[in-house]
Amino acid sequence: MGMAADSEFHVLAVDDSIIDRKLIERLLKTSSYQVTTVDSGSKALEFLGLHEDLHDRIDQNTPSVSPNNHQEVEVNLVITDYCMPGMTGYDLLKKIKESSSLKNIPVVIMSSENVPSRISRCLEEGAEEFFLKPVRLSDLNKLRPHMLKTKSKDHCKEQVDEKTAFPSPKQEGKEESNNNKRKATEEGVSPERTRPRPRPRPNGITTMV
Amino acid sequence: MRRQLAIMRQSLFDQGYLDEQFIELEELQDDANPNFVEEVVTLYFRDSARLILNIQQALERKPFDFNKLDGYMHQFKGSSSSIGANKVKAESTLFREYCRSANAEGCLRAFQQLKKEYATLRKKLEAYFQLARQTGPLETASRPK
Repeated sequence: MGMAADSEFHVLAVDDSIIDRKLIERLLKTSSYQVTTVDSGSKALEFLGLHEDLHDRIDQNTPSVSPNNHQEVEVNLVITDYCMPGMTGYDLLKKIKESSSLKNIPVVIMSSENVPSRISRCLEEGAEEFFLKPVRLSDLNKLRPHMLKTKSKDHCKEQVDEKTAFPSPKQEGKEESNNNKRKATEEGVSPERTRPRPRPRPNGITTMV
Repeated sequence: MRRQLAIMRQSLFDQGYLDEQFIELEELQDDANPNFVEEVVTLYFRDSARLILNIQQALERKPFDFNKLDGYMHQFKGSSSSIGANKVKAESTLFREYCRSANAEGCLRAFQQLKKEYATLRKKLEAYFQLARQTGPLETASRPK
């Protein structure tokens, strides 16, 4: 693979707040990713080539989506706000993970609220990371490993299977699967993460006790 | 004038109007995006003016729909936090607490206070950006401790 430029990675950012969309767009572009921003989960699904409700689509220009759900544009990661009117970020995450064509796209959730149960729920549903807002440039350093994993998926399928297959997460305690997830996401991250953070506010995934 | 700008900027932090998130915004500004901070802040003022109006109108309907009010304030708090508007964010938090305890009087009081802080912030930032436009970009100073 070699040192491919990050600009080959395309991130779809979903947020109903215009300020946060502008912010995440700048953050992603600064990190050299290609960015598309949308303001809702349903628009995100449209962009991904997955139409929510095929039967209700009255737009004549929209071709019906084949079972293979051909993706219009390749998206290497979806980063979405949690709290959105209509489809929440969690709903969007679920739909992506339930789709045979989209389920391998890494999804990251952002939220302004630090709610442990919300975080576990998202991680259990397959979110790779959970970022507390406001998201910072340092948070985005965590994205690249997830996108690389997907890019090399075609070459190393076993590797991906290893990372996404958890030992019956629903049967085991939530905490354990949460821990597994956190470990998986902490791989390959720079050492600064293991230092006590200088900022009083926690970043990324948190467990509150 | 640059010195004046630097002093103005530092006092915004020292007096707690802005927090380190504002610095994060400044760090995203570069030659290709020289007005990023002002653009975001302008978006913020436009968007929050709308929210404030919504809240105002909601507070004119009795009984209060605390859920709706909390929803508006959640959005307002979120964007305030995104630009580093520290005091405004704190007032939003207070307002939301009153919503959650269904305290109508508390909400009204908190909203008055919030509007004051918001107006002050707006004035100060507008003055800051006006001066910045005249002066040219500042090398961002050290982070507030």
